[in-house]
Order: sequence, then C-alpha cells, then structure tokens
Amino acid sequence: MTTPHPAVPRLSDLAVGELVAERTVHLTRESLVRYAGASGDFNPIHYRDDVAADVGLPGVLAHGMLTMGLAVETIVPWLGDAGRILEYGVRFTRPVVVDAANGADLVVTARVGAIDDDGARIDLTTTFGETAVLGKAQVRVRLDG
Amino acid sequence: MSVNPELVGRAFPPTAPYLVGREKVREFARAVFATDPQHTDPDAARELGYPDVVAPPTFAMVVQDLTLQQLLALDDSGIALERTVHAEQRFRYTRPIVAGDELVAQLRITNVRPFGKGAMVTSEAEIADSAGAHVVTATSVLLVGGEVA
Repeated sequence: MTTPHPAVPRLSDLAVGELVAERTVHLTRESLVRYAGASGDFNPIHYRDDVAADVGLPGVLAHGMLTMGLAVETIVPWLGDAGRILEYGVRFTRPVVVDAANGADLVVTARVGAIDDDGARIDLTTTFGETAVLGKAQVRVRLDG
Repeated sequence: MSVNPELVGRAFPPTAPYLVGREKVREFARAVFATDPQHTDPDAARELGYPDVVAPPTFAMVVQDLTLQQLLALDDSGIALERTVHAEQRFRYTRPIVAGDELVAQLRITNVRPFGKGAMVTSEAEIADSAGAHVVTATSVLLVGGEVA
C-alpha cells in the first residue's frame, strides 16, 4: 500500500544529525534556460559561453537562485507542506559550471541541525563534485511535538 | 562611481501588484525540480488547506526582482549589474505564496558597507498580499565591485 504523502514528521521523532532527505539533480543547459524563463533572470552568463568567458568565468554557470531553489525543494516532500518553512537563507560560495555536453550533478543532503520547542533547523549541503556550493544553507521549519 | 551610501533609508514606492498565476507556479516548480504535488495539483494544495497551488519557497524572488529592478534603474545608486555578485539570500515567511495572490513589494536598503574596493549592499523587500498582510520578506546581499580601472 502506498500513500501520496508520508506522515508529517514530528519533532519528538527527530534527532540532531539525522538525514531527512537527499537527492541528486542533474542540471543541463536546458535546465538553465528553463530557469531563466521561469524566473525572469536572463543574465547571459547562464547560457552563453562567449559572455561567460569574456567576464572571466570558468564556464556557463547555474543561477545561484536555481541551486538555492532546488536545494530546499529536496525537503518539501518530507515536510509535507511548504508552509512549514519559516525561514530559509544561503550564502552563494562556489559557482556551478554546467558543461554544454555533460551538464552538472548537484547532490543535496538535508540533516537536522538543531531542535527547539516549536521546530527544527534543517541544514542543507549541496555539492558539485567535491565542492560545497552553498554556505550556511539553513531552513527553519515549524513542526509539532 | 562607487555605491552611494545615502541609499540607506531612501523610500521606494511599492511595486505594481503581481498576480500569481497557477501556470506560472507550475512553470517555476518544474524549473526548480520541485516534485511535490502541492506545487502543481490544486487538489493536493486544497488538501493542505490552501486555495490553489503552493509556490516553491524561492518563488518570492520573482516578486523581489521587481524591487531590484527599481534599485538598478536609479541613476545615482552606483550599482552596475555587470559588477554585481549575489552573495547571500534569505526569505522569512508568514505564509507561502499561493496562486491567486496579488502581491506588492516594498524595497528598503538596510545597509551599505565598504568591502574591498566595492561595497556589500543589503536590501529587504517586504512582500504583502492585497489585504496588506505580510507574506514574506526577501533579503539580498549584493557584492558590488569597485570601479574597473
């Protein structure tokens, strides 16, 4: 038997350090064009190799906001309701170079960073190859005891 | 021109109302690899108590961007897009954005801090619904490089 949503997580069942969600997202140039259209961010460094090279970048980069957006979506199926997210912040620390032929794989893991009376802090780690690309990616979520 | 420190405290007009469309939410959800049905299926959203599909958390950037365009359009800001890097981003939510919302954003520049030859500029966009109720505050830190010699 399957259910569309797993049970809503409860604070009393969580432990600091526990892995609550993870996934790998494969980005291609098409992903970047799709995000450009959906978000309205048409900065050409996200789809033109010549412009990226002219401004000294190692290649066409994923939008930081695409990385931020896909990272937090990793936990929404676990949370069950995006409305449980109270706060979400990141630092953009390293670029994600998206190769024209091979794309780029981002690996997102979400762990419980802290627990308090009415919620938890979920810490997201997003890596590209061996490199973490978001710093202090933390989500404050509201959960019942 | 370097970043104008007098941007802090300047009043910006509220943006024109942005009507959140269901298909726009679906388009954005697909773009950020959002798989949960609450973002695309109105029935799944209603089961959670929302009137229509729920926007992914970072959709607020679409509305915040209207305020950043106001900032870039100033002729005395000293902020040039080609020398600007997005350093940090934060959202604080009262509730998620839902299709059907009509949202207005108001920009404040809360800090301009010298950084190397340039500056770190912190901006806050308060996003409210048509009843004037707070939905989300979006905070960006932009690293604006100094004049290229």
